[in-house]
Amino acid sequence: MISVMAADTGVNGVALAVLIILFLVVTVLGFSAARFRRGDNLDSLDEWGLGGRRFGTWVTWFLLGGDLYTAYTFVAVPAAMFATGSVAGFFAVPYTIVLYPIIFVFMARLWSVSHRHGYVTSADFVRGRYGSRELSLAIAVTGFLATMPYIALQLVGIQAVLEVAGVGGGDNWLAADLPLLVAFVILAAYTYTSGLRAPAMIAFVKDALIYLVIIVAIIYLPTKFGGWEHIFGAAEDKMAATSETTGKPTGSFVPGDGQMWAYATLGLGSALALFMYPHSITASLSSSSRNTIRRNAAILPAYSFVLGLLALLGWVAIAAGTKPVGLDGEPNAQLVIPQLFEDAFPAWFAGVAFAAIAIGALVPAAIMSIAAANTFTRNIYKEWINPHATDKQEAKVSKLMSLLVKAFALIFVFTMDKQNAINFQLLGGIWILQTFPAVVFSLYTRWFHKWALLAGWAVGMVYGTVQAYQVVNPATGKHFGGSLDVMPVIGDLGYIALTAFVINILVTVVLTLLLRAGKVDNGTDETTAYDYHADADDPRVRKDLTENPKTLGAEEV
Amino acid sequence: MTSGSENGTTPVVVPANKFMLAAAGVLLLIPVVALMWVGSYAKVDPRLWGIPFFFWYQFVWVFLCSAMTYSAHRLVLAARHQSGKVQK
Repeated sequence: MISVMAADTGVNGVALAVLIILFLVVTVLGFSAARFRRGDNLDSLDEWGLGGRRFGTWVTWFLLGGDLYTAYTFVAVPAAMFATGSVAGFFAVPYTIVLYPIIFVFMARLWSVSHRHGYVTSADFVRGRYGSRELSLAIAVTGFLATMPYIALQLVGIQAVLEVAGVGGGDNWLAADLPLLVAFVILAAYTYTSGLRAPAMIAFVKDALIYLVIIVAIIYLPTKFGGWEHIFGAAEDKMAATSETTGKPTGSFVPGDGQMWAYATLGLGSALALFMYPHSITASLSSSSRNTIRRNAAILPAYSFVLGLLALLGWVAIAAGTKPVGLDGEPNAQLVIPQLFEDAFPAWFAGVAFAAIAIGALVPAAIMSIAAANTFTRNIYKEWINPHATDKQEAKVSKLMSLLVKAFALIFVFTMDKQNAINFQLLGGIWILQTFPAVVFSLYTRWFHKWALLAGWAVGMVYGTVQAYQVVNPATGKHFGGSLDVMPVIGDLGYIALTAFVINILVTVVLTLLLRAGKVDNGTDETTAYDYHADADDPRVRKDLTENPKTLGAEEV
Repeated sequence: MTSGSENGTTPVVVPANKFMLAAAGVLLLIPVVALMWVGSYAKVDPRLWGIPFFFWYQFVWVFLCSAMTYSAHRLVLAARHQSGKVQK
């Protein structure tokens, strides 16, 4: 049997070298990607921020997969499994399964109406549907805000890899935070220069690397550490043991009584929220036809299966006796997967795995920050600040905003509890889910009143933020320590996002009834029923998203 | 499905086969209901190759959901096609 391995906090030269080489290869690819199926030039917003929008089924598949295969999958979920078990981590599996039926239903309508009217963001759509600048602003601000903690999670992921590889360390604050700062600078430089084309191109390399690492890890590691039976046994023992900080069991092996709602609402809330993020919408809209998205919905669950296996790696680490200790000498669950790889693999392959994780965080973070920046430029800058902005000005503001959103993400990393990185994503979910009624319900009906939708959003945002703030981590004493809270009426713990969502809908319905009774004007709708069904082969579909309509064919890429 | 304006210049939404759309809807709803009903699978036994029921059951749903989503996709295409829309 394998003995408990000591934590190695020194520099792992070979692994670090492999990591750096693979990183350089990807960076070169990224820069050359600027020429990939190039349209005009990267000075225009459509080019830099939408990759000119001519991606077929497979590129779209990779792009959408990039939204899922992030540091969330590789670092945060296994870390949550390692630290507190299945309710905290494994809900990601039902989340990423029910995701696809949900987007199947509404995303095709959003694609059609967007391509009829040239909408690029959900805020664009709401603006067109109600002629409401205010509601559109609320959607845009939420998208920008909610993306920040999600990017923060990616930064934590890159940092975890660098820390285990031995970058940084030391007593002064600069050396201590060096891995994080390096992660930030790489991400910023990478995004700034290449726009959305680079992530699309690199997604292939990234997924190839990730699949390689996953296949090796899933086949080799469970055997090495005594088989699945032994691994589940070790996890069950750890979760049942009493925690020193809380005096309760460490975590959950299988959700018990009183935890069912938490598991279900975390899964459903996350699924409803994911495709409200600006980056998910950008990726979906950059597909070449209405049906690309639905075809994708059927093949994307391949990602969910692998996500489940990755989650279980957190428990493999329990059986392996992995000791995730940071450079500061403190235990840090977020380091568990990189540490497991470093302990169990030869140094060169650990380096490959590190590169897979780091690039797997870098690519989505770039996509996220570009999408958030696009939303800012279109729906805040151009709408409220400079309506007569030129293409060049727009692209410039977008690039600056993509830097700013990352800088804010850095602030999230510094102020929130890094030990529980999955909570970054859950916090973003609380916010972004509040835009769901205004966007998705409006795809089907104009019964809801624009002011009611705005009020429901505002109540949901305030409730969600306040509730999340009041969750204090018992170990660190920090606010925003978790995303579960007692649900009104039901009485069990549940995901705050979903509770806020229900309150949001109730407020919206009640106010809609009142406003409709008072015959208050509900704005003008520039869309028609037909717009929600238009497909790429239709001559009425707007071609302004790409100059040449012929390149829209799904079989092109 | 809604139908568009009957005005000659405005394109009209071709009505679809409602039964087939409803069937697709049910296919899409099943995985959501099954996985949100955590009480139905939050248990350890029966194990499969040492893996507790809770885990392998959810892995099985990855494939079931994929199959159902694909079937729904075919159904929705057929529902529109049947209603007389010319396929390009």
